[in-house]
Amino acid sequence: MRVKRSKVLTGVMVLYLLYTIVPLAWLLLSATKTQDDLLSTPGLWFGKSFAFFSNITDTLTYNDGIFLRWLGNTVLYVVVGAGGATLLATAAGYGLAKYKFAGRRAVFAVLLGAVAVPGTALAVPTFLMFSNLGLTNTVWAIIIPSLVSPFGLYLMWVYSTDAVPPELLEAARIDGAGEVRTFFTVSLRLLAPGIVTTLLFAMVSTWNNYFLPLIMLSKPNLYPLTVGLTQWSNQATGVGARPIYNLVITGSLLTIVPLVIAFLLLQRFWQSGLSAGSVK
Amino acid sequence: MKSHRWGVRRLVVAGAALTALAVVAACGGGSKTDSASSSSSTGSADAVDAALKAGGEITYWSWTPSAQAQVTAFMKQYPNVKVNYVNAGTGNDQYTKLQNVIKAGSGGPDVAQIEYQALPQFALPGSLVDLNQYGFSQYESAYTASTWASVHAGNGLYGLPQDSGPMALFYNKEVFTKYGIAVPKTWDEYVAAAKKLHAANPKAYITNDSGDAGFTTSMIWQAGGQPFKTDGKNVTINLQDDGSKKWTATWNQLVQGGLVSNIPGWTDEWFKALGDGTIASLPTGAWMPGVMESSVKAGAGKWAVAPMPTYDGQPATAENGGSTESVLKQSKNPALAAAFVRWLNHDEGVKPFLASGGFPATTADLKDPAFVDKASAYFGGQKINQVLTGAAGTVVKGWSYLPFELYANSIYGDTVGKSYQTKSDLNTGLKSWQDALVTYGNQQGFQVNG
Repeated sequence: MRVKRSKVLTGVMVLYLLYTIVPLAWLLLSATKTQDDLLSTPGLWFGKSFAFFSNITDTLTYNDGIFLRWLGNTVLYVVVGAGGATLLATAAGYGLAKYKFAGRRAVFAVLLGAVAVPGTALAVPTFLMFSNLGLTNTVWAIIIPSLVSPFGLYLMWVYSTDAVPPELLEAARIDGAGEVRTFFTVSLRLLAPGIVTTLLFAMVSTWNNYFLPLIMLSKPNLYPLTVGLTQWSNQATGVGARPIYNLVITGSLLTIVPLVIAFLLLQRFWQSGLSAGSVK
Repeated sequence: MKSHRWGVRRLVVAGAALTALAVVAACGGGSKTDSASSSSSTGSADAVDAALKAGGEITYWSWTPSAQAQVTAFMKQYPNVKVNYVNAGTGNDQYTKLQNVIKAGSGGPDVAQIEYQALPQFALPGSLVDLNQYGFSQYESAYTASTWASVHAGNGLYGLPQDSGPMALFYNKEVFTKYGIAVPKTWDEYVAAAKKLHAANPKAYITNDSGDAGFTTSMIWQAGGQPFKTDGKNVTINLQDDGSKKWTATWNQLVQGGLVSNIPGWTDEWFKALGDGTIASLPTGAWMPGVMESSVKAGAGKWAVAPMPTYDGQPATAENGGSTESVLKQSKNPALAAAFVRWLNHDEGVKPFLASGGFPATTADLKDPAFVDKASAYFGGQKINQVLTGAAGTVVKGWSYLPFELYANSIYGDTVGKSYQTKSDLNTGLKSWQDALVTYGNQQGFQVNG
């Protein structure tokens, strides 16, 4: 079959492509410049010197290599926080979808409410609570709130409802498998695409989390990359300003690399998830 | 990994008591303010010296580039005092954290860097230690009048001035010469220069201003306006007083005529524009030379400094920027914290600050011939400090900031900023800023007239 092409639509898509590619190109090109070149050469072309590798070295060693520490912190928050959030959301979503029990509707109402409340709005009350617990300025101040993902729970609930046929569960029960065993051997596999989607969402939101660590942590040693890089960027402001935009830009580039890798590795699961159930 | 083990134990406690604590936090949040302890901490000048001798440990939050060097020098001089230096964030980020730890009642530093504009916001609700009790008022003659006024709120003394920023006109001599523009002495001449420059080169602007609260308040200050008056509880806001209107009458011509660049300050684009002549002048604080030397290398040899243009040709200027170090009420060792503040801004601590390019608030340093007559290579050999120290003596008196200045600055863009965007009358923006501030102030429990 011959596909009809629309010139207008193609044009719109080209514009959209440029819109998404140009900032990335700028980031890549800017990461090759020294601070002086950044300020004196055009944004979308190379500078007078090629400082990409020295920028990377400087970024990794500036302030006794605190960037690596921030990277490590971020990975910790993402692995434990987002990983834990996915685990909890999967188990809870599956339970809510597949078992009938009292209070299920109430949970649903609370959940919908929770999805509507942005995390930023809760940050200050959470700070006061954690401060009473003596948990501010510790890694737990970031990890514990990250474990709660109302949206992930909702997603897993909806996904489990359709992805795990009741007949399959009945069959497993008749064969004598316990509920826990059924969950791990039968359901989990069917839920994989949903889990990966939840994981990706949780990962991105934890990786990008800014406001919560900003107010919870005052020790630079515990910062994730988002807060640390902002601090570097703010260094360019006001009395005694010391701009290090070249390091901020190179740091930002290095920051997105792990996310890109995670997406590339996980996308095949995601795609199969999107098409699951479309053909019967 | 001691801290992690601690964390796990607390985690167990947390899990058990989570529901209960949510209730406690909800009920107890309001009662833990610092005002209750205001009478408990009294001291004297002797207490400060004794605390220094006894030693101890304090935490210091600051983002000033010289902080690390200062802390190192202090601990070398007083080995029995340990200062934990933390860069908790720059400006607003740090204030957010300070406000949170004050609300929470614990977790704050002993000493924190606070800008003059933010000081009333922390001092008036009683979160800071009044240093009068340590006899620090005796140091008045050591500082310029304007910075000494800036570390006061009500009758309290909440820090010793660290730096000052009397405003001067920084201009690109090369650009001015190229287009035959004389250095403006009055604001009328400045507007004329803006027109001449932009007509000769449509890409060049006399200065940039996309709406900046700190700049606006400084300019109203210079024009003799006193839009904010407060005794702590009662606040008067009048952004249409004579000074404010004097400033808008001048600045409207620049904004409405499209004669100022809309490049926001402190961006890479701004640093670039300062170097390549797109922005030809900056009316800004005396701390600017250090910033230009380290960050606008392309402008070396091109820039010069002149006194601020004025409305009537008589010398007058305002402060822009600058900060102090304050002792928090939360501090468990306020006398030692006060001793550290005294060392930072009155004793040896001033030297590392000056070495990092800071502009002093101490009259002795401002009079020091070695400082005043130093020729600056960046500014083509000009003895810029002669101009800048001159400015320090002509700051208009009587200015004060709001006790909620940080909030005011945060909504500036939504109100006055709109006038900039639409190139319309700044008075309209100032009025809506005032309305929003009156509403907010009353909600916060102040008695606001405006």
